[in-house]
Amino acid sequence: MLLIRCPYCEQELPEIEFRNAGEAHIARPTHIADETDDDFEKYFFIRTNPKGIIYERWRHVHGCARFFNAVRDTVTDRFLLTYKAGEPKPKRLPGVGK
Amino acid sequence: MGGETTVNQSFRLANAGRLGRAKTVRFSFDGQDYAGVEGDTLASALIANGVHLVGRSFKYHRPRGILSAGAEEPSALVGIHRDAARKTPNIRATVQELYDGLTAVSQNRWPSLSLDAGAVNDLASPFFAAGFYYKTFMWPKAAWKSLYEPKIREAAGLGVAPDLPDPDHYASRYAHCDLLVVGGGVAGLAAALAAAETGARVILCDEQTELGGALRYERGATVDGQPGWDWAQATAAKLAARDNVRMLTRTTAFGYYAQNFLGLVERVTDHLAEPSPDQPRERLWQVRAKRVVLATGAIERHMVFGDNDRPGIMLASAARTYLNHYGVAVGRQIGVFTANDSAYWTAIDLKKAGVNVAAIVDTRDNPAGPAVEEARALGIELNLGRTVLKTGGRLRVSSMTVQAKKGGPERVIPVDALLMSAGWTPSVHLFSQSRGKVAFNQTTNRFVPGDYAQACVSVGGCNGTDGIGPTVAEAFAAGEKAAKEAGTTVRRLSRPKAETSESWSRGMAGAAPGAGPDSKAKAFVDFQNDVTAKDIRLAVEQGMRSIEHVKRYTTNGMATDQGKTSNLHGLAIAAETLGKTMPEVGLTTFRPPYTPVTFGAIVNHSRGALFEPTRKTPMHEWAVKRGAVFEDVGQWKRAWYFPEAGENMHAAVNRECVTVRKAAGIFDATTLGKIEVVGPDAAAFMELLYTNPWQKLDPGRCRYGVMLREDGFIYDDGVVGRLAEDRFHVTTTTGGAPRVLQHMEDYLQTEFPHLKVWLTSTSEQWAVIAVQGPKSRDIIQPFVEGIDISDEALPHMSVREGKFCGVPTRLFRMSFSGERGFEINVPSDYGPAVIEAIWNEGRKHGACMYGTETMHVLRAEKGYIIVGQDTDGTVTPDDAGLSWAVGKKKTDFVGIRGMNRPDLTAGGRKQLVGLKTKDPNIVLEEGAQIVADPRQAIPMTMIGHVTSSYWSENCGRSIALALVKDGRGKIGETLYVPMPDRTIEVEVAGTVFYDETGARLNG
Ligand SMILES: [Zn+2]
Repeated sequence: MLLIRCPYCEQELPEIEFRNAGEAHIARPTHIADETDDDFEKYFFIRTNPKGIIYERWRHVHGCARFFNAVRDTVTDRFLLTYKAGEPKPKRLPGVGK
Repeated sequence: MGGETTVNQSFRLANAGRLGRAKTVRFSFDGQDYAGVEGDTLASALIANGVHLVGRSFKYHRPRGILSAGAEEPSALVGIHRDAARKTPNIRATVQELYDGLTAVSQNRWPSLSLDAGAVNDLASPFFAAGFYYKTFMWPKAAWKSLYEPKIREAAGLGVAPDLPDPDHYASRYAHCDLLVVGGGVAGLAAALAAAETGARVILCDEQTELGGALRYERGATVDGQPGWDWAQATAAKLAARDNVRMLTRTTAFGYYAQNFLGLVERVTDHLAEPSPDQPRERLWQVRAKRVVLATGAIERHMVFGDNDRPGIMLASAARTYLNHYGVAVGRQIGVFTANDSAYWTAIDLKKAGVNVAAIVDTRDNPAGPAVEEARALGIELNLGRTVLKTGGRLRVSSMTVQAKKGGPERVIPVDALLMSAGWTPSVHLFSQSRGKVAFNQTTNRFVPGDYAQACVSVGGCNGTDGIGPTVAEAFAAGEKAAKEAGTTVRRLSRPKAETSESWSRGMAGAAPGAGPDSKAKAFVDFQNDVTAKDIRLAVEQGMRSIEHVKRYTTNGMATDQGKTSNLHGLAIAAETLGKTMPEVGLTTFRPPYTPVTFGAIVNHSRGALFEPTRKTPMHEWAVKRGAVFEDVGQWKRAWYFPEAGENMHAAVNRECVTVRKAAGIFDATTLGKIEVVGPDAAAFMELLYTNPWQKLDPGRCRYGVMLREDGFIYDDGVVGRLAEDRFHVTTTTGGAPRVLQHMEDYLQTEFPHLKVWLTSTSEQWAVIAVQGPKSRDIIQPFVEGIDISDEALPHMSVREGKFCGVPTRLFRMSFSGERGFEINVPSDYGPAVIEAIWNEGRKHGACMYGTETMHVLRAEKGYIIVGQDTDGTVTPDDAGLSWAVGKKKTDFVGIRGMNRPDLTAGGRKQLVGLKTKDPNIVLEEGAQIVADPRQAIPMTMIGHVTSSYWSENCGRSIALALVKDGRGKIGETLYVPMPDRTIEVEVAGTVFYDETGARLNG
């Protein structure tokens, strides 16, 4: 079971309190109805699915109920960072490159 | 157990072992009574009685004995029977502690262990070579289910699963610590000691009954001047007395997961003659450790040579354990076949205990060192540079055939036991599970921990550290370091000083000389899955290149022992055949569990009523008293129907359906999800989350809302009441409540955070009682305060707040039956009193209680869909005939773009229609497939399926809803529903079967 730090509660808590919500930093287009088929496909269906560092959304569903973002290594499941929804993608990650 | 003990313990030595004057314990094996002593394992007690034949092998049914003295045992699997329900299969005799009255049975044999009809598989063994299952049973496919699989399962297999529910219970604990030490041998004890002295919170676990690990058999070791075993027991006692240390014996760390989370299983009662019913059989420990020290030791490998699987052939360290700990000789005339020094110490100990050692056969040409010297000095015959070609015997080994490595004359030496040692494999299982990467050490020719992925460290044998002195030094330092890293202050401690007269050098991996590619010998690599060296070579020759493919093709290392003794041999043989080095080929991945874990321990308390929560409405007990029959809807118990005396379900539902339309019915609708959407931007938010327009909905009015996912498919639906400009009372489907709230929160928090809206789940705050039918208004009228419920003041799809039976209410005028109807929301606690009042009034008007079945029939008569039944996540609003609910002028809502994807707007989609069977008495099966032409060739083209189907007493016929390709264009056409026994003719119809104009809704 993973330990996840909720950036709102500022606590590391067990995974069962959380729910994964897919890849992060994919903004819903402002004028979504006008999107071309190709653009909508890219927005809605295409995901990076990396082996390594992933930016993803989690929700502290059995806690404060807030959605937030996390940076996780999909190989080790190690969480490098969590941060609040709406904050920009972090440029520097702790412990990467070792 | 009846009868006399007929076999005495003739292989128990008076002056060996530690069990001394322990109490005699009686047990039986395959109906034969035996005696052992307290402290024995089943294996040591059987060997004490001269019993080595304990099972038949998985595939060839070859007689098998006891290979090891520990958890790595692949062969000696037995059933342990306590009573009718407690029949545990596949128990390793080497870890099962003996208790008085223990009953064990052998497995995989018929009619008896010594005469097994299945052994014919051994003669037919050329047919069972690598990949046999894949190649032989490919065709015809249908024969798998009916013929091949049952026969294979019968012929090849292990124990029989118990056929009664498990009567035991299992406990579960979470634990946190600064340091978890896995393994309580000399390394684990030293690490735990160092950390414990600093005050760190330490958990030490070991799979054995007593701590000490290899000190159990290694006689030459001393720690701080004490004999090793005595030091281990004293240290264990010292640790156990400390408040900051938890000692878990009989506890296996079976899984190492992310972030230093480990699964441990503690066997609490399997060693007891009469377990207390209050005790759990096993306890699952889920441990989160700041640091982990792995001190899991090493496992001895067997030699791979011809007929190396006969009973009486075992690991040298096992024989030494049986001698030095249990005081049992594994034979009277013992041969040794080795490629390293450690087996010599076994021979030396046996010789000193007065057991005859026939000869040591060593593949090395010029072994040297204290072990070899001492063996020679004791007069043991040494055959250096030689190999064992094959063995004799049927149910027990009777001889070994020795030959020089390069060939030449063969010499047969009679033996009744043969001990093997090819060297030691570091137990890197947990390290590998922690996602650490193993590295190959060229000097010692073995895989050891390389790069670590988590906060852990390996010490001693599992780290490839040889010798007790370096092991203790390394382990003690690791314990200190781990405690310091976990934040405790380290005092200067005196390290234990350990030494031994014994030394082990490296051995070999792969087939022994004489069992090479030219040999026809049956040289077993994996005893549990019956994989020979030849099978592995064959797999490579047939094109397997990756070790993972070789493993799957041959099943080497895939049995319940997880290849503890076989993996490295298999790799070495594959590498040799491929002409590569072992590290080039690479080790297979280790996965949990380290040893088999019972389902009981994993499932734990989550059984029966505790499997998942049961949700009941506040009116549940009231409905029970009214005689309701319940059905499970997700976690909810819902009243299904209310039978009167003598009624079956069909009769009750027919009566309820007719009564609702003739007079009225009362229904508990509490399980509907309810979400309150509040705030200045509530209407704007509703516009974005539902297809419908909301801005112009007047307060006090309701609308049927359709919610889509972004892909344009229907996600949920429900009636929404606008209570005020800034307040909506949203209802969701019963099962949809949590995910709809999650969906709303997701958009509110991340896509539309600028909207000032607050969402609250109110599902459990309101009890909801539906009163439906022409008399519904008359029934509720006496209870309503402050609301005009006339048709003019409160038309269909309205909502008002006021009082009902004197308590606050949200009163909806709405209908899921097609009749004039009301849904009365009152605070949950008042539900039972309010439904009782309504019921007493309703009876005067001829009303009935009705359940979910009648609710379903009534809504189907009206063509009202149920999301999740008539839709399946691939249905658009248009498919479901709900285009009218999509706001045509809206420029944005969730799903607006997805809904217009080319495939979702193209022709040929399945559309919701009604079906009428040509024979009105036939009720279709839900899920049945629909075809246009029943005479077409099989497989037929299916153009749709039945989603809802009922007998409608109100219509006097069966009714059904279906999703049919281009269905709305087929109304009036005849289609066919092929069933196993007949083909049913149906006519495509509209979705409304009753009151097509909807006049009854308005009363
Ligand atoms: Zn939180």
